[in-house]
Amino acid sequence: MTSLFEEIHEAPPADVPTRRVTITVNGQRRTVEIEPRLLLAHLLRHGLRLTGTHTGCDTSNCGACTVLFDGAPVKSCTMLAVQADGHEVTTVEGLAGPSELHPIQEGFRDEHGLQCGFCTPGMMMAAKALLDRNPNPTEEEVRWALSGNLCRCTGYQNIVKAVLAAAQKMRGDAPGEQEESS
Amino acid sequence: MTTQAPSPVGSATPARTPGGIGESPARPDGTLKVTGQFAYSSDLWLDEALFGVTLRSPHARACITGIDIAKALAVPGVHAVLTHEDVPGLPYYGLDHPDQPVLAIDEVRYQGEPVAILAATDPHTARRALSLIEVTYDVLPPVTDARRAVFDPSIDRVHPDGNVVRHQPVRVGSADEVTADVVVVGEYEVGMQDQAFLGPESGLAVPAENGGVDLYIATQWLHVDRGQIARCLDLPEEKVRLTLAGVGGAFGAREDLSMQVHACMLALHTGKPVRMSYDRAESFLGHVHRHPAWLRYEHGATRDGKLVYVKATIVLDGGAYTSTTPAVVGNAASLGVGPYEVPHIAIDVYGARTNNPPCGAMRGFGAVQVCYAYESQMDALAAELGLSPVEIRIRNAVSQGSKLATGQVIDSPAPLADMLRRVASLPLPPSTVDSSGDLPGGYGNTTRGEGVRRGVGYGVGIKNICFSEGFDDYATARVRLAVVGGEPVVTVHTAAAEVGQGLVTLQQQIVRTELGVSTVLLQPADTTIGSAGSSSASRQSYMTGGAVKAACEAVRTRVAQRLGHSTVELVGGKVLAGDTIVDLAAAVGDEPIEETVVFRHRPTVPMDPVTGQGDSHVQLALCVHRAVVDVDVELGLVKVVELAAVQDVGRVMNRVALEGQIHGGSAQGLGLALMEEIQVVDGLVRNPSFTDYLIPTILDVPPMPLTILEHPDPHAPYGLRGAGEPPTLSSTPAIAAAVRAATGLRLRRVPIRPEHITHPT
Repeated sequence: MTSLFEEIHEAPPADVPTRRVTITVNGQRRTVEIEPRLLLAHLLRHGLRLTGTHTGCDTSNCGACTVLFDGAPVKSCTMLAVQADGHEVTTVEGLAGPSELHPIQEGFRDEHGLQCGFCTPGMMMAAKALLDRNPNPTEEEVRWALSGNLCRCTGYQNIVKAVLAAAQKMRGDAPGEQEESS
Repeated sequence: MTTQAPSPVGSATPARTPGGIGESPARPDGTLKVTGQFAYSSDLWLDEALFGVTLRSPHARACITGIDIAKALAVPGVHAVLTHEDVPGLPYYGLDHPDQPVLAIDEVRYQGEPVAILAATDPHTARRALSLIEVTYDVLPPVTDARRAVFDPSIDRVHPDGNVVRHQPVRVGSADEVTADVVVVGEYEVGMQDQAFLGPESGLAVPAENGGVDLYIATQWLHVDRGQIARCLDLPEEKVRLTLAGVGGAFGAREDLSMQVHACMLALHTGKPVRMSYDRAESFLGHVHRHPAWLRYEHGATRDGKLVYVKATIVLDGGAYTSTTPAVVGNAASLGVGPYEVPHIAIDVYGARTNNPPCGAMRGFGAVQVCYAYESQMDALAAELGLSPVEIRIRNAVSQGSKLATGQVIDSPAPLADMLRRVASLPLPPSTVDSSGDLPGGYGNTTRGEGVRRGVGYGVGIKNICFSEGFDDYATARVRLAVVGGEPVVTVHTAAAEVGQGLVTLQQQIVRTELGVSTVLLQPADTTIGSAGSSSASRQSYMTGGAVKAACEAVRTRVAQRLGHSTVELVGGKVLAGDTIVDLAAAVGDEPIEETVVFRHRPTVPMDPVTGQGDSHVQLALCVHRAVVDVDVELGLVKVVELAAVQDVGRVMNRVALEGQIHGGSAQGLGLALMEEIQVVDGLVRNPSFTDYLIPTILDVPPMPLTILEHPDPHAPYGLRGAGEPPTLSSTPAIAAAVRAATGLRLRRVPIRPEHITHPT
């Protein structure tokens, strides 16, 4: 069990209530004792040291903190960690096994879908949620699915390309094959 | 030395090493960034580290009559509370002029000015204790009108140094005497834009055993940070060691210090590591922004559309402290007529001090504001003369041999007329959109097409590359060639900040091309090597790229000397020496070759303080945009349908990285045209969040077809031309012109808000 008291108080007053929660993070059951007000993003970043989930705005606008919550994209900076009790959370660290890359990761890397890369984990998690439910999206559907994620570097052109390339790879299409709109 | 001369391995010319310049190899940090393993400055962690926080002024202008830290200091877990009295050295810092207090001294001059800093065991304790610091203020009326700050002698002085940071005139010919057939006059305003990088300011300071400090920081320029920090800490520079932490975007906002001195002060005071991380609201208050501008232009032209004169008065609001305002003023003045031939010029640019948030570097740096205004003027002139916007620009376009407003002759290709013809000849997007989501208002379904008008507009921008006006601008690179496991390996060390632009990839590409070695390792950027200069002014491909190239050339010369030749070629892991080919690994043997080179661009001179004349710039870069917009004239909503660009880059070093820069720069120009503005009322920022400060989303940014031209600059490494900033200039006026074309409105302010369209003044 990981105690997260140190993240909140060095020596918490006795009257600070805590909750014990069990969350499946990247396939691994984690039981932690936390203050109810702890945000999911802070639990992931500081408590579990999964720093691939970034916080860029604190107000759910930028999407850098996007993770999958039971498969659906959520902004972990505005969700309480206790809300995840009994649920599954997937972060960028869980996209692929160690020493392998998910096709979405390959897409962002190979299509130059990133520059500073700060938005990239959130973008990829939002893209994962899209491709899980729609393996053959149109460009418009990609844009709509990523419209809650901000990127300041790329102008988004290569992000769209990266997601479409990943979709193609996940479908097993030959490169250059004509895309059909779903 | 190797004792035996390496034996020839054949005479067939070896294959070129892949991944060199002109190709688009994978980023060396790409895998780390897609796996979440790349360590941004906010990810740095030491178990024993304290957390530092900053108490900021809630007032735009006030005298501090007392600071009581006792209650805060008494909170368990608080290790230090520091004020200006605790600054060990010079209590001021600044890039051009150290006038900004490390912590406020008796007076605060802008909202958000740091007053006290505090370190505690954890963020919560730190923030709770911070609220217990009692500061008493005698609130004063803020000076918020930049024009009054400059021109009204009765207004208060914001700072003992006065309210004008720099006044730069430009005088060419006799603009006040000549007359013209056609005259257009316009007053324009540009709002305060934020760089809005996604990774907020953060850093980790660790006390060193020698009494110094190690700082891990996301910045644009390690060495200038270090110089300022060392002076403020009263430490010799060698005791302040900086290492670049992962940078989540920069765009100018990391050129000034943020928490650098604060984190070091807390670390040295407590003897413990201290990490600091701003949240988004604090980030908005904690870095400089793009200067808001007021610009009055008068253009005179002949009946056939040739410019006779340009007169302009421009006021840039620098906010409370100097930052880089002097250099921003220089750019606005020297580039104030744009890339046009103008025989008579009278420009006055003023950089003002006010109690508004400090302004400094942002992508485009003084050239953005004037570009919006002079391009708006060119459109007004075209309309007056019955010429097309493209035609009037072609008739006045600079080319190689033309003189800038400074008298500087453009001595490398400047194919502006060709660029304009190219952008104008691109096919237009279909006149109707495919889905309702592509209409103004998007998925809000605010229209089915009724009230929607299409408009097309053009913009042209000219930007100086590298540092201007006599600045000693240089970059240092160390290149080491060794044999590891029988294979040649090159290690490159610079202090250049990778901020997302792809400089790490470019350094590897240059080494592969120059030394024919495929394995190129990059050492972390830090201050154990000489300065690389700033990752700004579109200068790092030119400067650090130039330094790496020069260091490679020095290494290659050493290889040649070892083989008894004056020159050799290094290709595909082989040495081509005269008629023989030997393995590079054999030539290097167990004696690595290392060279450190300092690269400088050609010298520049300051602008004449009275006439603005002088060869102040190193290199100039052009970009041209055509914007197509749909405007819902009833609701004032704008959808950019397409944003096409033509840019001359001299030489394409890495096409996908280059395209990413042009796309990203164009999108930031779109933001300035239509959505991005820090709202400042009575000196107070009203929208310090991404809820209220809007930057373009993936639905706001349209397709951006690019035409990239390669007219080499003979003065630059590989003939390249800096490319990151120019698109940020020209996209804003192109979009504004397109909205004007759609609506028939004058629209003399950016960002254009819906009410400017529905209720024009």
